[in-house]
Amino acid sequence: MNEAVVECIGVSKSYGPVAAVCEVSFALRQGEILSILGPSGCGKTTLLRLIAGFERVDAGEVRVQGRVVSSPRTHAPPERRHIGMVFQDYALFPHLTVAQNVVFGLRSASDAERRARLDEVLRLVRLEGMGGRYPHELSGGQQQRVALGRTLAPRPVTVLLDEPFSNLDASLRSQMRQEVQHLLRGQRTATIFVTHDREEAFAMADRVGVMLNGRLVQVDTPGAMYRSPTTPEVAATTGVCDFLPGVVEGERVATEAGRLLWTSTGHLAQGAAVNVLVRADDFLVMPNPHGNGVVASREYRGDAMVLVVRLPSGTTVRCRQGPYSELATGTQVTLAPSRVQPFVAYAKTRDG
Amino acid sequence: MQGDSSSQVLTVRLADLTRARTRRGLSSLPSLWLLGPSVFIALAMLVPVAYLALRSAGASDSAWELLFRARTAWTLGRTALLAVSVTGVAVLLAVPLAWLTARSDLPWRRFWGVVSVLPLVIPSYVSAFLVVSALGPRGLLQQMLEPLGVERLPEIYGLPGATLALGLLTYPYVLLTVRGAMENLDASLEQSARSLGYGPWRAFWHVTLPQLRPAIAAGALLVALYTLSDFGAVSLMRYETFTWSIYQQYQSAFDRSVAAVLSLALVAMATAILVLESRSRGRMKYYRSGSGASRRAGVTRLGRWRWPAAAFCGIVASLALALPVAILGYWLARGIAAGEALSPLWSEARNSLYGSVLAALVAAALAVPAAALLVRHPGKLSRGLEFTSYVGYALPGVVVALALVFFGANYARPVYQSIWLLVFAYVVLFFPVALSAVRSAMVQINPRLEEAARGLGLSPPKVMARVTFPLLRPGVLAGAALVFLVAMKELPATIILGPLGFATLATAIWSASSEAFFARAAAPGLLLILLSSVPMAFLVVRLRSPEGTRT
Repeated sequence: MNEAVVECIGVSKSYGPVAAVCEVSFALRQGEILSILGPSGCGKTTLLRLIAGFERVDAGEVRVQGRVVSSPRTHAPPERRHIGMVFQDYALFPHLTVAQNVVFGLRSASDAERRARLDEVLRLVRLEGMGGRYPHELSGGQQQRVALGRTLAPRPVTVLLDEPFSNLDASLRSQMRQEVQHLLRGQRTATIFVTHDREEAFAMADRVGVMLNGRLVQVDTPGAMYRSPTTPEVAATTGVCDFLPGVVEGERVATEAGRLLWTSTGHLAQGAAVNVLVRADDFLVMPNPHGNGVVASREYRGDAMVLVVRLPSGTTVRCRQGPYSELATGTQVTLAPSRVQPFVAYAKTRDG
Repeated sequence: MQGDSSSQVLTVRLADLTRARTRRGLSSLPSLWLLGPSVFIALAMLVPVAYLALRSAGASDSAWELLFRARTAWTLGRTALLAVSVTGVAVLLAVPLAWLTARSDLPWRRFWGVVSVLPLVIPSYVSAFLVVSALGPRGLLQQMLEPLGVERLPEIYGLPGATLALGLLTYPYVLLTVRGAMENLDASLEQSARSLGYGPWRAFWHVTLPQLRPAIAAGALLVALYTLSDFGAVSLMRYETFTWSIYQQYQSAFDRSVAAVLSLALVAMATAILVLESRSRGRMKYYRSGSGASRRAGVTRLGRWRWPAAAFCGIVASLALALPVAILGYWLARGIAAGEALSPLWSEARNSLYGSVLAALVAAALAVPAAALLVRHPGKLSRGLEFTSYVGYALPGVVVALALVFFGANYARPVYQSIWLLVFAYVVLFFPVALSAVRSAMVQINPRLEEAARGLGLSPPKVMARVTFPLLRPGVLAGAALVFLVAMKELPATIILGPLGFATLATAIWSASSEAFFARAAAPGLLLILLSSVPMAFLVVRLRSPEGTRT
């Protein structure tokens, strides 16, 4: 059960002087959904293409079910990897019907098996009765489901999804997200998908990997990733955040917003200058004529009111309050921590 | 890693390839089955060049001196001038015709769509001959105007006549590539230009035309190279070009090395044109990467320009197609009236069809892997292959034919004087016609489709058979039809390389008209035009039908 379905060990790939993927290592377990989150150009699509075998690795290994499929010396062609890939633009064959697309990967099956699997897959992706249509006769969501069905039909050992929902409109996106997640979980298919949408990454995945400049910086459960990012960059990638400067004093950090309990992945000496990670939900904003903060601006979100509080040093902190918050711009306020867990502190680098 | 960096990925592949070949990698792109046919065709194309080099190496000093004489430079200038003027005429005729037949509410648009391509079926020697007989001194037009007191018509010999005859014959090359590109353009691009405040004309000029540039350049390349190699029209129009000089050398001089040296100069000229064209191609990406059905451009209403536009199509079609056919018909009728016996042309027709169909099949079959190599693995290797493949096209038929006689007699005895050596010559002469048609279909296939098929477990040859080829089929058919067409017309190679007693329609026209039996040339001429038109018309109609385009 715990054997890795896909394993990357120190995988690197560069195009000329540009390192697209740099020493990436992780293991994907059976039935697991892993999302790779990162800004565009971070190398996440290249990573998928390396795993699928469309690109060769410069260094490192890719293993599928323990077998080495990519290394600088060996390269199994994509057709022998049993890895399914769903492309960002779906890549449906325009000259084939939905049914022909779906059974495309079932070559060794008998006619009867093929028909049975076709029915099964069409039911799975809720496209019964659509088998005779051509891809261009379908809506975006339907095209996506055909692409997924075509990928799942040959029962691949793992499925790779490249920005699967980026071509869908917002309302369809959340619906498809649930549908696809439900489907993949039901099949217990090990899945890797790449996205630049953190909401998507958190909502669908068992674990999230953050990729920055070709490196997989951190892999963790969505909760751990949000609560304790290992670097300020990961913190910024995984959610809205601000940094409060402070100084370590024992188990607390002295900041403009009070003395806060802290934790860190690295060692921080007494008196060290640090930046404390603040998420939008970490502070309550209370009106106080003697408070050291002032409401600089308000942003109404419908389900919440985000107040931007400016502190004496000029540092601003975004704080999400209930939608009925009456605090007007210019009100003097104090910030009070709304959480009991310690805050994550990062040693201050020279330039920040 | 999206969008613009994918071109980078493609260029990097070749580096991958060279690295992969030194390893024991399981797959290396491009694989042997792409490379093999491509290398074969490149070598085939190099046979005439190798022959020319061999001949030139044995050339006397006087032959080389000839090359550097002032007269050679003069011929070079005239040839370049003709190539430029013919290409200009072809583009100016083709782009409006393409737009009118693809994107406007022109009356009888489908009819014009077919008719505008058909001038391609008329051999240049027939067309030029007919232009002379119709518009020349004491020609039909003058005879008609004589009662009105017209003694002389403006001189049509020389540059104007040659440009007219060749321009009217060759513009369909540009028309075909441009119309294909126009039908595949994403309408949203033009629409966004309109929404940004561009009028229809400015939107066409600033958005559509730049996108058509590669298609125009690809067609113009064929026109320019064809002009270099043409003999029929220039000789009848008495306009001296390199090819004409080469023919004269072959006919008059003992020393074939002079002709070889001149031919090498022609190869150099063709290379210069190829460099120009590849410069103009740029680094654009042509396949649509968005999802969903492509938005086809709507029809533009011509309003009060509808009938002038139809008149324009009518004038071009009547000059390029109706006039030659009418004159041939008139001669045929006059010949029959004069008691000329109409000999049946079954064996000539069968020979023409046989050789041309074989050539079309072979050329189209070889064009598929070659186009896949060019489009999917761009780099020095594929550019070299492409360059060499165009060289044969720029060479006059007689040069290629004589090179193959030499090659066949010395190294390929079994195929010498068989139909296969003739088919080989046709392929060497016309391969780029097939290649450009297949290539323009290839660039529109999103490479993700092929990757998706491989991800689903298909090996590269199976991907080609089940995904690439079906999508490529319209382009392959077009390429095969075009090769068929030009092979039907080819004269010198057929005369020189055909098996003993192998008479075709082209040779029948030639022998009759060289003996000045115009009436006797009319029947094979009309039959040639008819037989070539059928697949062409079928192709144009099919490619534009809903079934062919799947909209």
